[in-house]
Amino acid sequence: MAVNSASGAPGGLPGEDRSAKKGLWAWINKRLPLSDFISEQLTGYYAPKNFNIWYFFGSLALLVLVLQLVTGIFLTMFYKPGEATSFDSVEYIMREVDYGWLIRYLHSTGASAFFIVVYLHMFRAFLYGSYKAPRELLWLVGMFVYLALMAEAFMGYVLPWGNMSFWGAQVIVNLFGTIPAIGPGLVEWIRGDYGIADATLNRFFALHVVALPLGLLLLVLLHLVALRHTGSNNPDGIEIKEKLGADGKPLDGIPFHPYYTVKDVVGVGVFFVLFAIVVFFVPTFGGLFLEGPNFEPANPLSTPEHIAPVWYFTPYYAILRAVPDQRLGALLMGLAVMAFLFMPWLDRSPVKSMRYRGWMSRTALTLFAVSFIALGYLGLQPAEGLYVYLARFFAAIYFLFFLLMPIYSKLDRVKPVPDRVTYHAH
Amino acid sequence: MRTEVSQAARGALALLAAALLALGSAAAPAAEEAGAAEGGKLGADWQSWRAKNDVSDMPSVQRGARNFVSYCMGCHSLKYEHWSRLGHDLAIPQALLEKDLLPPGDKTTDYILTSMPASDAANWFGKTPPDLSLMARERGADYLYQLFTTFYVDPTRPTGANNLRLPAIAMPHVLSELEGLKGAVFRTVRKSDGGSEQVLDHFVPLAPGRLSATEYQGFVRDTVNFLDYVGDPTQTARHALGVWVVLFLLVFTWLAWLMKREYWKDVH
Amino acid sequence: MADHAVIADEVDLSRRKFLTRATIATGVVGAAFAAVPFIESWSPSERARAQGAPTEFDLSKLEPGQMAVPVWRRQPIYVVRRTPDMVARVAGHDGDLKDPDSKDSDQPPYAKNALRARSAEYLVLIGICTHLGCLPKQRFAQGEVYPSWPGGFFCPCHGSRFDLAGRVFTGSPASVNLRIPPYSYPKPTTLVIGTDEKGTS
Repeated sequence: MAVNSASGAPGGLPGEDRSAKKGLWAWINKRLPLSDFISEQLTGYYAPKNFNIWYFFGSLALLVLVLQLVTGIFLTMFYKPGEATSFDSVEYIMREVDYGWLIRYLHSTGASAFFIVVYLHMFRAFLYGSYKAPRELLWLVGMFVYLALMAEAFMGYVLPWGNMSFWGAQVIVNLFGTIPAIGPGLVEWIRGDYGIADATLNRFFALHVVALPLGLLLLVLLHLVALRHTGSNNPDGIEIKEKLGADGKPLDGIPFHPYYTVKDVVGVGVFFVLFAIVVFFVPTFGGLFLEGPNFEPANPLSTPEHIAPVWYFTPYYAILRAVPDQRLGALLMGLAVMAFLFMPWLDRSPVKSMRYRGWMSRTALTLFAVSFIALGYLGLQPAEGLYVYLARFFAAIYFLFFLLMPIYSKLDRVKPVPDRVTYHAH
Repeated sequence: MRTEVSQAARGALALLAAALLALGSAAAPAAEEAGAAEGGKLGADWQSWRAKNDVSDMPSVQRGARNFVSYCMGCHSLKYEHWSRLGHDLAIPQALLEKDLLPPGDKTTDYILTSMPASDAANWFGKTPPDLSLMARERGADYLYQLFTTFYVDPTRPTGANNLRLPAIAMPHVLSELEGLKGAVFRTVRKSDGGSEQVLDHFVPLAPGRLSATEYQGFVRDTVNFLDYVGDPTQTARHALGVWVVLFLLVFTWLAWLMKREYWKDVH
Repeated sequence: MADHAVIADEVDLSRRKFLTRATIATGVVGAAFAAVPFIESWSPSERARAQGAPTEFDLSKLEPGQMAVPVWRRQPIYVVRRTPDMVARVAGHDGDLKDPDSKDSDQPPYAKNALRARSAEYLVLIGICTHLGCLPKQRFAQGEVYPSWPGGFFCPCHGSRFDLAGRVFTGSPASVNLRIPPYSYPKPTTLVIGTDEKGTS
């Protein structure tokens, strides 16, 4: 393999004098497996060479996680949780802390960026069958990351204690009241009071700042370990480990470092350009990332004209409102989220990637994507007139995508899957 | 403060009386272009009126600050903004700030508060005049512009005035001495669900104010501009910094892409 | 089509090295700039700066020989109205002082004199011991601490002693004189701590 000598010594620049490091480096490596880690996880980990644009979003999700942790820690230095102090402390950050406005906008834009990246990351799995064997657990752990992320985002949104924070919390917490028998008691237990109050705010603060970030870190770590164990899928859905070279490395694989580290840096750059444009020029994003009603302090006696959750929850919100029965609506909304968990077993196709599936699977996925976006839009509109009928229509398509999958994925004609991955130099 | 408010209210009522008397004989002042639409129907297009303010236009924001101190601070506070911050951001020298804008007894390091006691205000107007620090962020500049330009005479209201943007508004038409008075003529419109609603047909100018229509629109624009600034005081600095950040990131991304392309020559 | 994915035969090593270094350098510069807002956020906020604005103090309320303690920027400021006797007791013990001419101490130029003040009558200093930060106690009377004590300040924490101009005595754990804040007299009976000829600090 010509990799090591010509492309530059992995982990260091070509021709660099590392004799001084050898002393210190050797000392460290006797006590911590750093060198082994680099050679096993970076330069020795072979990933498929045919990753396309859909494969940027995993590393970007990790980047946004770090961004949220750092900006979140700094916000916690100035934010004061409490009914009487939260809202004012956020304005204190925005106006009086040097660069406080920047840290706040980074965090609020980061939350939305997190979901954009995660949705695209999940869509990649749909495109290429990345949830199928042997990656079912990878998918499930990822789904738990998604659920934890939704809880984290929901609680984070309550913290500024604006009017939408309050009423959004009111609506979502009340949903738990639809659970038979234990519902009302559960709602009071979550709230810690007879209505959304100081107690609720403070516990959401503790969960948002400490508990859920720790949980997220643990789940993300598990996610990465599972990925490392099975190896990455790829746009052709071929298992590259089935074709090994004489050196025991996959013929269609390339070392993660330097090839994908270098490629991911470009992804990071492009992401930051778009991210910076939003942060510096349109941080409210037309009221989608920071909603107007939230610039008014929480008022238990005045509901905003249109209560809507932040955009990343609206598809599920639309499904909730589409059903005229409160209990059934809540149940269906819950099922809509949980449906993703069953994908590895609903999908009966012998083939992983959409590239080799027939028109049925492609149509189904296209309709699903359109429905998800449509429901997202509808969730932002008032629940009246035509919007209600459209929400019901798209909700039906949403569920049919999952319910009919065992049938159409089996029936669908598949194209022959090639032996080796398809790759065009770039 | 108390005398100022009741003076303003009495002034408005006096003006109203004079206007009604003059209605029969006075000719309506000429409608300015921004107010007229649809074949000369003054105000019919009010919902499309835009503030068109530019927060980076400092003289405009300065005038808006002066307008605010003169006409709004009697009832409304800007409790998240320091006077000193105002002076710094709007390049108002300390001496001028203290002489023209700062209320006597206040220090420049204080927050901008109103001297009207909240409980009294709630008694007189039915509700406490809200703090305006974030009003422009909550509702938007266009909303505020429309609020100040769609007051009309309405004898059924306790203040003698009503508003199209915020119907049954508790605030009196404080700017009536500047804008003048106008009445509103409505027409009934059938709604899609079978019901009907009242929609503005046109405004009727009743009495002129101290400012012409264009001057008044400029006045409102400046004031809204100021409120836009107060809602988000760092926005101009943010834009300026953003240009450099995005440029830097573009350069970085371009270098990273060249580096990536170089390494990927290996891959076949 | 070659068997292995990576074939590195026509590698331009120097170009690769240059681009890698250029990208890393730009990245490091970017990271340094990105760190600035976070570091700056720790500076005193607008509110702290507002609360740290100059403090006014009405001198007409102060009796001769009396000390008042207004607060400026969260620090106690000792304002002492020295009697002529106290002024006289500032001199005559330069040999017992670590820094009689205030060469190593922190004071504005107008306080770099024997009396360490703008005028003989009023002493304005920051009432924080220059050893480890306790608040020294006033001991203005002659002989109050020991027979030859000329009057001054005594710090109870570790025993540092200062004279009636805030200068530190030898044998004290503190090594520099008590600090003098910027101050001025816009009116003869008004003391403003925090503002002087250089403007507001």
